Amino acid sequence: MPKDGGIGASTKRREDVRFLTGNGHYTDDINLRGQAYVHFLRSDVAHGRLRSVDTSAAEAMPGVLRVFTGADFAELGGLPCGWQVTDRFGEVMQEPKHPVLAHGKARHVGDPIAAVVAETREQARDAAEAIVLDIEELPAVVDMKAALRDGATKVHDDLTSNLCYDWGFVEENKGAVDEAFRKAAHVTTLELINNRLVANPMEPRVAVGDYNRSTGDHTLYTTSQNPHVIRLLMGAFVLGIPEHKLRVVAPDVGGGFGSKIYHYAEEAFCTFAAKALNRPVKWTSSRSEAFMSDAHGRDHVTKIELALDAENNFTAIRTETYANMGAYLSTFAPSIPTWLHGTLMAGNYKTPHIYVNVKAVFTNTVPVDAYRGAGRPEATFQLERVIDKAARELGADPIALRRQNFITEFPYATPVAVEYDTGDYHATMDKLEEIADLKGFAARRKASEAKGKLRGLGVNCYIEACGIAPSNLVGQLGARAGLYESATVRVNATGGITVMTGSHSHGQGHETSFAQVISEMIGIDADQVEIVHGDTANSPMGMGTYGSRSLAVGGSAMVRATEKIINKARKIAAHLMEAAEGDIELKDGRFSVAGTDKSVAWGDVTLAAYVPHNYPLADLEPGLEETAFYDPSNFTYPAGAYACEVEVDPETGRVTIERFSAADDFGNVVNPMIVSGQVHGGIGQGIGQALLEGCAYDEQGQLLTGSYMDYAMPRADDLPFFAVDHSCQTPCTHNPLGVKGCGEAGAIGSPPAVVNAVVDALQSAGKDITHIDMPLTPSRVWAAMQG
Amino acid sequence: MPEVSMTVNGKPAKGQIEGRTLLVDFLRDTLNLTGTHVGCDTSQCGACVVHVDGRAVKACTMFAAEAEGAEIKTIEGMAEPDGTLHPIQAAFREHHGLQCGFCTPGMVMSAAALLAENPTPTEAEVRDYLEGNICRCTGYHNIVKAILAASGQDVSRIAAE
Amino acid sequence: MYAFEIDRPASLADAVTALGAEEAQALGGGQTLIPALKQRLASPARLVALSGVAEIKGICTADDGALSIGGGTTHADVAAGAGAYPALAALAGNIGDPAVRNRGTIGGSLANNDPSACYPAAVLGSGATVVTTNRQIAADDFFEGMFTTTLEDGEIITEVRFPVPEVASYQKFEQPASRFALVGVFVAKYADGVRVAVTGASEGGVFRWSEAEAALSRSFTPGALEGLSLSGDDMISDLHGTGAYRAHLVGVMARRAVAAAR
Repeated sequence: MPKDGGIGASTKRREDVRFLTGNGHYTDDINLRGQAYVHFLRSDVAHGRLRSVDTSAAEAMPGVLRVFTGADFAELGGLPCGWQVTDRFGEVMQEPKHPVLAHGKARHVGDPIAAVVAETREQARDAAEAIVLDIEELPAVVDMKAALRDGATKVHDDLTSNLCYDWGFVEENKGAVDEAFRKAAHVTTLELINNRLVANPMEPRVAVGDYNRSTGDHTLYTTSQNPHVIRLLMGAFVLGIPEHKLRVVAPDVGGGFGSKIYHYAEEAFCTFAAKALNRPVKWTSSRSEAFMSDAHGRDHVTKIELALDAENNFTAIRTETYANMGAYLSTFAPSIPTWLHGTLMAGNYKTPHIYVNVKAVFTNTVPVDAYRGAGRPEATFQLERVIDKAARELGADPIALRRQNFITEFPYATPVAVEYDTGDYHATMDKLEEIADLKGFAARRKASEAKGKLRGLGVNCYIEACGIAPSNLVGQLGARAGLYESATVRVNATGGITVMTGSHSHGQGHETSFAQVISEMIGIDADQVEIVHGDTANSPMGMGTYGSRSLAVGGSAMVRATEKIINKARKIAAHLMEAAEGDIELKDGRFSVAGTDKSVAWGDVTLAAYVPHNYPLADLEPGLEETAFYDPSNFTYPAGAYACEVEVDPETGRVTIERFSAADDFGNVVNPMIVSGQVHGGIGQGIGQALLEGCAYDEQGQLLTGSYMDYAMPRADDLPFFAVDHSCQTPCTHNPLGVKGCGEAGAIGSPPAVVNAVVDALQSAGKDITHIDMPLTPSRVWAAMQG
Repeated sequence: MPEVSMTVNGKPAKGQIEGRTLLVDFLRDTLNLTGTHVGCDTSQCGACVVHVDGRAVKACTMFAAEAEGAEIKTIEGMAEPDGTLHPIQAAFREHHGLQCGFCTPGMVMSAAALLAENPTPTEAEVRDYLEGNICRCTGYHNIVKAILAASGQDVSRIAAE
Repeated sequence: MYAFEIDRPASLADAVTALGAEEAQALGGGQTLIPALKQRLASPARLVALSGVAEIKGICTADDGALSIGGGTTHADVAAGAGAYPALAALAGNIGDPAVRNRGTIGGSLANNDPSACYPAAVLGSGATVVTTNRQIAADDFFEGMFTTTLEDGEIITEVRFPVPEVASYQKFEQPASRFALVGVFVAKYADGVRVAVTGASEGGVFRWSEAEAALSRSFTPGALEGLSLSGDDMISDLHGTGAYRAHLVGVMARRAVAAAR
């Protein structure tokens, strides 16, 4: 019987009612009295020197309050980067300035050059058209390898080159890796591109800045995954506002997928302008603007080599990757191709020698940062593609080759610096073979062939690292932040509980699943628990939600705080029942004295805490409120196996997804319904990357995919129903809930399955095709088939 | 400025508009019905779908002036006055057909239009009908399932959790 | 959007008068024009919305058997009401998405003549007649290239008359992002011959594929198209497909249209 509440129950989401009835409260629904609107004039050239920005005509336009340019921000800090990578020679990365409004040069199409604040949105836009720009267009740097050639135009004149860093990992492994390749019985090499993507949460970004003249307090309402991080970055590094005078609110947020982690210029601008003009200032991004101002994702060019011995054991992996940073360093950009990518290169396999080289490159394109999976999809894709290619070259069964090389003993220290605590990769592969009905594939292929279609099967594994931590380690790796999470558990006098968490839900359903955990721990109905997030004014310093960390890190903080609550409540209960604290048991919301029929209800204890008439005041403070900060001792390592079946129309090259199956190990699961939903969404985005989505620039740095007219979003008829399973559970050993994180798995595990399947389909028709770069659009597949 | 009047969720509504005022802006800004969302500017995402005289329409691609005299239904008008969810809303909740909630109003309004036209659609018909509604969170799995369930069809064989 | 006035006349006569104003522009269903206005690609001083003009909406069969569709008829209404010409109804039922089909009109689509739109293929492939407030225009004379037609300022499409073929089919291969036609081929077999019209592919907009028409007029079978090919040189080449790919798809879609024709 499924549980009907607490941990493990598919509790229906409490947030759904407001979303389903139109009562969600998103940032664009916020309108403040006296609000003005800003329109950003953005560069339409990829690279240009700003000779002059004449705003005089614009200032005279109807409704215009003020026109701002880069000069207005010259004295302030730029947008900071939150991670400093040290290169393979021990030097720190090159770190360019990132002004709020472009100053001196515009460095990508969409770079904001001026900002017009006016009474109405359209007046601001009208006036922006009256700004006279004199831009000397410079050659655009678009291709990463060309950007690194001697004499290449520099994106930043004050840097020595377009190279941000040249990172080797682990540098000391290099000799052993080269040696293993010299001794290899077989080497498989694959060059591939991990396509640039645009996150595209359905809610475009919005920022509303407000300033209270009487108190000097600033408030920013913004579409953010981590309001506290924005408060810290913007307050301390950009605007010089102390955190106690700055409140950041991220109310209902319509999806993020990474793109709403970062501190953006528009947030700083609206906060700054609200004080400058003494008016609330609002910006609502259009989708077209989002394409050229939201941080993009992926965009790696990689060569991977896999060495095998004569028994098909993996002996070494060597990779060289060019990672696009875009024109500036977005908040966490440097960490993505390094610590979130290189550390995962072992995958699920016991390869003894691994060396990863990453060259991060500045180009005249939109900055690139984390997008769902962030580094881990890039690692998984190249590894699982090269294994598939190796299997083909060796005539080995691709599943058997993987199984032969699985890590089976835990904990397992990889040659790329991480230690997997638990896992059972055979179990998830067994489960996959079952739910994907791999035995039935041959018959399905025949049926497809009878319709004139080519059918292919692709299988792969993945591992990821969630809940990036601990803080002291990431500090050594260059993080300029801690990666703990916090929670305050406030028990009210009548027994209801308010939990203020630093995690942020933008679709993940924390209000439901977090309440389930508390309900389980105390034994009260989940309806008595309210989860509050998204406002720096009411929750302790938190790091927010990304990297599938909320339950593993934020949930653990909440558990720790609740444990403190229970410990104190136990003392109160002992006093009320005149029993020893050690004899007090908590079950189903009642404290009882072991071996007796004496008990008091949860509500009796909470009331006593706030009405302490009969209370051990000498030993215990009144009240029942606790805060905990939780800093994990390790990452968590979800893993799984995915299978995709495609049909290819040989006449048009069109690929359709016929079946998709996912067997994941997320450790313990709090709400299976929500977990499945996370996997579904991840798979949808992964299939999108594999078949549909690709952000493209031309040689002049013009964005070719600037709207949904050219950037193909997955739609309902692009996808089938998915078969997902998370019954294989090896609980995480180092967090109190034994959970691992499920938010990104689908997006990490699915692209190689799709590409493996398409290659399989084409090979079944005798085509000597070993790889096609994503997205596998009809035109690309057809072109590949033409030879 | 000219005035426009229409019926919104059964109640008369009027306001002053510019020629360029879109129906969605009139709903959101003038009537404060912020359940209808704007997710793109090329008429593709469908977060703004409402019913105009019983038909699904993208409120971001129709001028408010053109809704003069029309009967408009928005997401705010779907549940019963006592708060009882419309069967489609209830099915979305039951089957986890939403995550961030931003596309949800448009999805529900499109689903309602579909079931009005075709009370027992096939899976393929549901997917085809949702061509103009983009969701980034769910992979559509539970949306399609919820709509099939709302049509009274048995969805117990569709992969659940 | 730039500011403009909007008129919503209730009669064709009033619409024509309104369009006589300086910088006035007709607004059909708006499904293409409104997105263009949002991007500030157009700056009319006055929009004349045709959605209130009842006399240009509706579908009927004329005395000569032609199917007559009012210029203000939505795609959804054509999909539901053009049963006498199933290929046309099917085409209309597959334009855009349901919400777009509830607003977009045949007249608006033809006047815009997007090179990737579906209706131009049906009109040209059927040898239809475009009736306007001023005149009757044969399909072969109507389309003048990408986003250009022979329509004059202020001229409103009131009706399109489609001769109903023996059999016909429209096969569209969608551009994956916009879902417009990357290539669409309309094939219609009439007593006096076959017409084949291609949309989505050419830099010049919709066109007739005369070799295919000749071959199919001799033998209306997919096999009759074997060996025929178009050059990719004049085809649109972009992110979504090269000219060569589009040229190839024209052949595939044409064969599929013949096979599916009914």
